[in-house]
Amino acid sequence: MTSGRDGRTGYLYIAPWLIGFLLLTAGPMCVSLYLSTTSWTMLTPPVQVGFRNYAAILTDDPIFTVSLLNTLVYVVLSVPLGLAVALGLALLLDQKAKGVAIFRTAFFLPSITNMVAVAMLWLWIFNPEYGLLNALLQHVGIAGPLWLQSEVWAKPSLVLMSLWGVGGTMMIFLAALQGIPQELYEAAELDGAGPLSRFIHVTVPMISPAVLFNLVVGIIGTFQVFTQAFVMTGTAQPGTEGGPNNATLFVVLYLYKKAFQEFRMGYASALAWVLFFLILAATVAQMRMAKRWVHYEGGER
Amino acid sequence: MRRMDTSWRATLTMTLRTSLLYGILSVLGAAFTLPLVWMLSVSLQDASGVFAQPFQWIPPSPRWENYIDAVTLFPFSRYLFNTSVITVSVVVLTVLSSSLVAYGFSRLRFRGRDALFAVCLSTMMLPGQVTMIPLYAAYARLGWIDTWYPLIVPAVFGSPFYIFLFRQFFMTIPREYDEAARLDGAGRFRIYWSIILPLARPAVATVALFCFIGAWNDFFNPLIYINSPEKATLTLGLHMLKNQIVGSGSVQWHVLMAAALVVMIPNVIVFIAAQKHFVKGLQMGGLRG
Repeated sequence: MTSGRDGRTGYLYIAPWLIGFLLLTAGPMCVSLYLSTTSWTMLTPPVQVGFRNYAAILTDDPIFTVSLLNTLVYVVLSVPLGLAVALGLALLLDQKAKGVAIFRTAFFLPSITNMVAVAMLWLWIFNPEYGLLNALLQHVGIAGPLWLQSEVWAKPSLVLMSLWGVGGTMMIFLAALQGIPQELYEAAELDGAGPLSRFIHVTVPMISPAVLFNLVVGIIGTFQVFTQAFVMTGTAQPGTEGGPNNATLFVVLYLYKKAFQEFRMGYASALAWVLFFLILAATVAQMRMAKRWVHYEGGER
Repeated sequence: MRRMDTSWRATLTMTLRTSLLYGILSVLGAAFTLPLVWMLSVSLQDASGVFAQPFQWIPPSPRWENYIDAVTLFPFSRYLFNTSVITVSVVVLTVLSSSLVAYGFSRLRFRGRDALFAVCLSTMMLPGQVTMIPLYAAYARLGWIDTWYPLIVPAVFGSPFYIFLFRQFFMTIPREYDEAARLDGAGRFRIYWSIILPLARPAVATVALFCFIGAWNDFFNPLIYINSPEKATLTLGLHMLKNQIVGSGSVQWHVLMAAALVVMIPNVIVFIAAQKHFVKGLQMGGLRG
């Protein structure tokens, strides 16, 4: 379909992106691939080590294994929970009732506030002695855990905090819900479908593309979790992030430490590629499975 | 008689349903707002009030001075200035370049256009960690470490997500406008600058907003590229302040909360001022992604 009518002028217009793509994405990707096969501290020239970095990461780096498991646990907990909460909130907001907009604001606002400031707030909310959470739990007679200071509770703490930020996901669900033609519900009602049946047979298929979108974006984003763990864990000393006992050491945090605290740039590059393939595999798997459950309206969009 | 009875019942059911809805929304609304209210409360306590058992939600004598302490404890005005300069530059550059590229992708015809657009979209999936180290090394070689260049210059090249949003919007602008302008003798760039861009004001607003929030909140890039405290952004400065306070042993949580709250305020203002553009943008990005 695309003839070359505008020829060079066309390339001129997309030049900013094209140059940026070559300089900031394609070029660095090639360099990164090369660096991942080297040992490099940035002070002396890189030394070729072949696939040794990858071999070490995959077979001989127990800390990486810990960070990978932490990341997987975090993804598996926070993505489905986040989707469920976001969808629940969107369903409530989709009811035609006055004054719903103010609740939409309340649910959405936390998701666009500054992550470091949010981390600061939750750091204090999770404080076992003086924090909000344990104070509330005490009210109902529960002795709360140590949250971020506990090896067991550190990851669930971060998952809980991530639920506070589901506003963006919720908005996308809400848009999808509001895009469902009312006639579909009316037709289902005429066929004698009750509320639950209408939800399963009308709402779910109609919003399934939005579910897929949120799922894929959620997985990609959650695999790269960094700021919370970096800001909220460990003591103030550099190198202690990811505690207690590496319970919140996620892959990107581990990568950051290798690159910018230990200056093992070759090893960190290899880590980045391992992470990339993990994310790619998870995304492709979701897309494949999606064919079975995502419903696309013929010809729409 | 019977009919009246059912309609009465229907009204009751409706009222119950609505009450239940408001009940659930209120509980959830409170749960989402409570952390912020608590934050405000902590920020107004004195040093002992923070650790008081039980906690006084409304401090007996609110200490608004905590906010003055917070903005003097770290060079707040300096960070505010730095963050503003960086953010404004990034927003202006991103809007201009992304819209120009999107214009090329949506209005011009050239060989390989659709393939290139697919490449552009696919780069959105690439995790930044893959290019991070070579870019860091390249910026180091250019002598750009501990400068704002690595934070601002990439915006010159636009951003795939915003290019996508602009293109989506441009597609909805009828081509008759272009044709009419062309008949009046307008060239490609004139059409972009004085027809398409003004018509796309809602898209410009949405992209500018998203971009503002992204740049204002950015933590990772300032963290790796900025070393000198006087060049830091608010986000990085807040992190440094936390380490300084925690490191010193005397954790002044009331001051830290005040500082964190101050850092949050611009986002809240921007959000409230432009809520509808946020909603529109999220819908545009989500539904057609």
